[in-house]
Amino acid sequence: MQIKVTVNGTAHSLDVPDNTLLVDILRERLGLTGTHVGCDTSQCGACVVHLDGAAVKSCTVLAGQADGAEVTTIEGIGRPDDLHPMQAAFRENHALQCGFCTPGMIMSAIDLVNNSDHLDEGTVRDGLEGNLCRCTGYHNIVKAVLAAQENM
Amino acid sequence: MATETGIGASVKRKEDARFITGRGRYTDDIGQHGQTYAVFARSPYARAKLNGIDTSAAMATDGVVTVFTGADLQADAVGDLPCGWMVKSKDGSDMIQPPHPPIAVSSVNYVGEPYAVVIGETLEAAKNGAEAVDADFEELTAVVDLATAANADQIYEAAPNNQCYDWELGDKAATDAAFADAHHVTSIDIVNNRLIPNAIEPRAALGEYDEAAGTYTLHTTSQNPHLERLVLAAFVNIAPEARLRVISPDVGGGFGSKIFVYAEETAVIWAAGKLRRPVKWRAERSESFLADAHGRDHVTKAELALAADGTFLGLRVKTKANMGAYLSTFASSVPTYLYGTLLAGQYKTPAIYVEVQSLFTNTAPVDAYRGAGRPEATYVVERLVETAAREMGIDPAELRRQNFIQPGDFPYATPVALTYDTGDYEASLDRALGHADYAGFAARKAASEQAGKKRGIGFSCYIEACGLAPSQVAISLGAGIGLFEVAEVRVDVTGSVTVVTGSHSHGQSHETTFAQIISEKLGVPFENVTVLHGDTGRSDYALGTYGSRSLAVGGSAIVKATDKIIAKGKKIAAHMLEADEAQVDFEDGSFNVADSNQSLTFGEVAFSAYVPANYPLEELEPGLSEKAFYDPPNFTYPAGTHICEVEVDPDTGVVNIEQFVAVDDFGHIINPMVVEGQVHGGLAQGIGQALLEHAVYDDTGQLLSGSYMDYTMPRADDLPSFTVDTTVTPCTHNPLGVKGCGEAGAIGSTAAVMNAVTDALGVASVSMPATPETVWRAMRGND
Repeated sequence: MQIKVTVNGTAHSLDVPDNTLLVDILRERLGLTGTHVGCDTSQCGACVVHLDGAAVKSCTVLAGQADGAEVTTIEGIGRPDDLHPMQAAFRENHALQCGFCTPGMIMSAIDLVNNSDHLDEGTVRDGLEGNLCRCTGYHNIVKAVLAAQENM
Repeated sequence: MATETGIGASVKRKEDARFITGRGRYTDDIGQHGQTYAVFARSPYARAKLNGIDTSAAMATDGVVTVFTGADLQADAVGDLPCGWMVKSKDGSDMIQPPHPPIAVSSVNYVGEPYAVVIGETLEAAKNGAEAVDADFEELTAVVDLATAANADQIYEAAPNNQCYDWELGDKAATDAAFADAHHVTSIDIVNNRLIPNAIEPRAALGEYDEAAGTYTLHTTSQNPHLERLVLAAFVNIAPEARLRVISPDVGGGFGSKIFVYAEETAVIWAAGKLRRPVKWRAERSESFLADAHGRDHVTKAELALAADGTFLGLRVKTKANMGAYLSTFASSVPTYLYGTLLAGQYKTPAIYVEVQSLFTNTAPVDAYRGAGRPEATYVVERLVETAAREMGIDPAELRRQNFIQPGDFPYATPVALTYDTGDYEASLDRALGHADYAGFAARKAASEQAGKKRGIGFSCYIEACGLAPSQVAISLGAGIGLFEVAEVRVDVTGSVTVVTGSHSHGQSHETTFAQIISEKLGVPFENVTVLHGDTGRSDYALGTYGSRSLAVGGSAIVKATDKIIAKGKKIAAHMLEADEAQVDFEDGSFNVADSNQSLTFGEVAFSAYVPANYPLEELEPGLSEKAFYDPPNFTYPAGTHICEVEVDPDTGVVNIEQFVAVDDFGHIINPMVVEGQVHGGLAQGIGQALLEHAVYDDTGQLLSGSYMDYTMPRADDLPSFTVDTTVTPCTHNPLGVKGCGEAGAIGSTAAVMNAVTDALGVASVSMPATPETVWRAMRGND
């Protein structure tokens, strides 16, 4: 099938098999390997991107569902010298170790802050329960999200 | 030189810039033109004869390039996957090592064992092909339960009673005598639940063969690429090491599970050579659950003999350890030399005797997982001590204090083969008691009772032996490899520094902390230091990352190389300044002549080494690049106290962690921020074991907890924030005075949680994981 999708501000017209997943378009077709695959049951959240502004697990979105949509990935929110406040907060608070869950975690956290009036520790923990991290014990991730909401 | 980027500073990480912007480069992010995709056909049976494989339908599948079976690998002299540690039984006999072909040949012995690999032009084609492989299995009765495995069907002809070895350590007669004299004996039967490591990045491999050069390149998710290369060269027979390059790029967590050499990367690199095309494989999570090495899985009876005043007299431990179906790379060492040797804990128990029977079962291989043997030892000792305190009516903190090895006792030789170099166990206990407000616990417990809840507090005073390892000691105990580390410090022409370390970083932050060491020692700006790792093409033979060894061993190698740089720099500076070498010192990045105002910057000396106009070429080689191998004289012994306080809802059995305090002694610390992060992650894994995680096989050997929907990973809403602090007794035998911090959280925390849960419930034991159902039943006397 033919789809049109805008990824990080760039329009793409792609011919893809019907069963193609959004994450595979991002990683395999567009070379946006910042979006990771960590499981096969839509549980780990390493693949979270924004689809028309809302966080989705891109391993569970068919390419066809992204037809006509705007997709933002981790590569699209900031650069090393111009970080998104959430990226900066993750760095400042040592909210990552191996870095594998980090892109999905950051994309989920941005969505969480965008959709909350004011977060506290409990609501951050509840809001991130769809993203697994095996390195940090979440302690510093929670700190980072609380810090970032002040700057978003 | 105390600076914002030197030793002791919480410097923000160099590696973060790429990880937070999606620019990390993990194995699965790498692709090669013309690459093919590997998918493994995996056994649906836990134990079966493999009477034949029909690959014709798979071969005929659209897009399938070819199918390889175990017979194909065997015909090409591909060797078995070895176990690198020989453990001997009580009677002196060698452990039993069943043949472990990378791809099964005549039998399968656990669900998920690969019996064919399908290579496709696309991943989808390879998957379709794998489904079409038709194997003729003859199912046999699986041996699954560890406790009864010795009396079950015999899996391997060479292994009667399914026994791998029956090992012992310590003085049995002295221990039995201690029990004969005891005023009180505390006895516990405990199970250390089986876990699945679950690094969030699944294992992956990309194999390539360069026909023109005859060389192989393997990108893979390894914690120790040189070990991978050694095994592939020396045992699997892929190619000599010089024609085989193994690269571990960014790796998304390891926790031990990526130490080992697995079937998949072995098949991938071999197939790349056969096909003359790149071959790529990435595990799906379901495969990770089935085929990554699992952790823990012990059944233990332990007894502690005490005098009337609570003094420990003797400890007797009998453990069954599950090896799974095959011996993974270091499996045999985990329940022996990383377990039995730690049973003294922090205590002056004079007599200890431990027996470990390791058994084969039709389950995935079991090997090192964060802590590896030491969490199991801590769980035994600390559950036992806590139970003894309750039975004897002694405060659990005070019973521990009373039996601690005292600062004046070091170096302290335990009855189980180790010599602790230093420590101050009361210091960490007291600090932890303060953080936890132990004095206020009774009031908090009363308040919980008022609210209809049950509150409990639990301690764990753990010790670990890490900084693996003194090579000669390890080799004398059965290790098949040395355990030193290598580092190369390359000073560039303009005075910036490139460090090549054998320690692989997959979350540990070496790119930052090792740069801090260089910045401190050489006075080079932190931003002008680059740390490289994870590539056999860049580094000398190295041993990699496990056992909390990176700083204590790898960091020491860096210091040693740095000392050589300084020594050579002094010679160069002495020549340039026409001074006596003995008069030259090096401080804050300058070479200075004593009692003069003459000095040279580090950069000036470096430049002179590479542009040797004014240089003693007749005495000194040009260049300023030094390498060092460091072999530690002893293990390091991090230790500390963890305190967990829980509240249990008696109606639901839900355990809520009210506070968790960890006070650890890691010796000197390079980067407190990084150390705290390591502790947090370890705590989450230890708490996960206590409350959530469990690898469960059914009676036929099917893995029931084979996905994230079945295996309970700790999530953000399962955990509290932690109170983390440190005390310091510097390690006495390495140049940085450091001990290692990577595993402590996972080693100490599990026992603290379970001691708290049992305290809250007022019961002797609760099995792990203490899920709401388990707790609810335990409260009703039905654990």
